[in-house]
Amino acid sequence: MTPLLELAEVDTFYGEIHILQKVSLQVQPGELVCLLGGNASGKSTTLKTCLGIVRPAAGRVLFDGEDVTDAPTSHRIARGMAIVPENRRVFAPMTVMENLELGAYLRDGDLKGDFERVFDLFPRLYERRDQLAGTLSGGEQQMLAMGRALMSRPRMLLMDEPSMGLAPVLVEQSFQIIADVHAQGVGILVVEQNANMALSIADRGYVLQTGRIVLSGPAAELAENEDLKRAYLGR
Amino acid sequence: MEFFLQQLVNGLTLGGVYALIALGYSMVYGILKLLNFAHGDVYMVGAFAGYGVLVAFGGPADPRIPVVTLIVLMFLAGMLASGILGVVIERFAYRPLRNAPRIAPLISAVGVSFFLQNAALLVLGARFRSYGTARMVDPATGLQWGPLRISIIRIVVILSAVALMVVLHLLVQRTKLGKAMRATAFDREAAAMMGIDVDRVIVATFLIGSVLAGAAGVMVGLVFSRVYHFMGFVAGLKGFTAAVIGGIGSIPGAMMGGLLIGLAEAFSAGYISSTFQNLIVFGLLIVFLLARPRGLFGVPEPVKV
Ligand SMILES: Nc1ncnc2c1ncn2[C@@H]1O[C@H](COP(=O)(O)OP(=O)(O)OP(=O)(O)O)[C@@H](O)[C@H]1O
Ligand SMILES: [Mg+2]
Repeated sequence: MTPLLELAEVDTFYGEIHILQKVSLQVQPGELVCLLGGNASGKSTTLKTCLGIVRPAAGRVLFDGEDVTDAPTSHRIARGMAIVPENRRVFAPMTVMENLELGAYLRDGDLKGDFERVFDLFPRLYERRDQLAGTLSGGEQQMLAMGRALMSRPRMLLMDEPSMGLAPVLVEQSFQIIADVHAQGVGILVVEQNANMALSIADRGYVLQTGRIVLSGPAAELAENEDLKRAYLGR
Repeated sequence: MEFFLQQLVNGLTLGGVYALIALGYSMVYGILKLLNFAHGDVYMVGAFAGYGVLVAFGGPADPRIPVVTLIVLMFLAGMLASGILGVVIERFAYRPLRNAPRIAPLISAVGVSFFLQNAALLVLGARFRSYGTARMVDPATGLQWGPLRISIIRIVVILSAVALMVVLHLLVQRTKLGKAMRATAFDREAAAMMGIDVDRVIVATFLIGSVLAGAAGVMVGLVFSRVYHFMGFVAGLKGFTAAVIGGIGSIPGAMMGGLLIGLAEAFSAGYISSTFQNLIVFGLLIVFLLARPRGLFGVPEPVKV
């Protein structure tokens, strides 16, 4: 089976600094993969490389069998990628509705059904639809970032620490929503600090350490890995 | 009272012009955090393009086409010339420096400004050119309201300035491009993550801002009848002042700032002395920079984590 998303031996630099080193990873269609790693290990850079926000110096990015290494971000999004960025990055001076519309920027046609789907998932956003995104609580902004990504009807969703800064009850809720979206057949690559929780819903996982993949495998195996337990799972 | 109203009309005319210039300053700053010091010279080129059309059709006294058509063509030429120039400047003077330290495009902007002024001087000479509006449109036509008289040209200028701002407002608030512009101004990378082509949004911003400046150039030519290679310098500074007073980056701010500067200038020229008008305008700039640097409508810079 062709992977939905594949990084093949990717090297990424910021100026002179070598960040990702021969990173290879795959996400199969409909698969939920988590990417774990300590601070500054290159997790966000990996997602940005998938989306084309950061360009690799070497290696290839493949989406649904197509080499998109040199394709602009807009092309990848039009083909079906979307991202829930780190720190939410909602457009604070714009309304909730406008933020959602921007999520569907590259789609034309009727968005009514998509608004309904997002509002079903996040009734809170419906109540606040005309409010400026900057006035939402952190949890609501996270919902907005998620809803915004879903507005493009992605086949492949990249998520960068969707549970960061959320109260425990909201963390549970956000993982539930990730699982729901996954159940609808969307491929997901999720970066998480909360490794226990991430591995509990993921199919497979990768562990990144200073820009290299040091460990990978089925989520259930990773959850039992001794090194990982000591380093990230806090048990 | 009559004198007051006359100054008010003067202030509104000037205010409309400054607002149009300020909008380009503010929109470009909003998206690139760049003070486009060549913006005043883009306005100058627009004024000359309008003049060129005027001459091409036989001059103000004896045009070969109806005056209304002529004025419309002058506006279109000014807007088109400025618009194209703005896009060219972005492409060759700023885009190559997009990732350079912030001072680099600023220096480039000053360079483009000098270049345009001197190119105009070289090609057109230092002579003042006159639109000769009084010969084109009888200055006596217009609205008469008791002792108050507003010439038709001023009415046209004020109304077209308002119309352009309404169109801009609708474009920025309602259209997909407008939303992309606001998103890009707030967070360029996040906008790219939505699939917005940031380069195209930047080009559109330069185009729109420059078109407005070109219209302002033709308006000034029509009302004050004087165009020359250096006219963009002071007008640019005033547009900049208006943008800062309104809150740089803010579109309603640029409109209000322009109006405020226009009124301040008209009233200080009318009631004090025209010698002091620039002193008062730039005095306002200093007061705002000291007391409220984010201007009337500005928001504090978002702190990026
Ligand atoms: N735009 C940038 N310019 C220069 N260096 C950067 C840039 N973005 C990230 N870096 C550096 O690259 C390294 C990897 O950053 P990255 O954001 O990918 O890490 P991360 O694993 O997501 O970390 P965190 O868990 O803190 O989010 C860090 O050392 C960071 O300082
Ligand atoms: Mg990160």
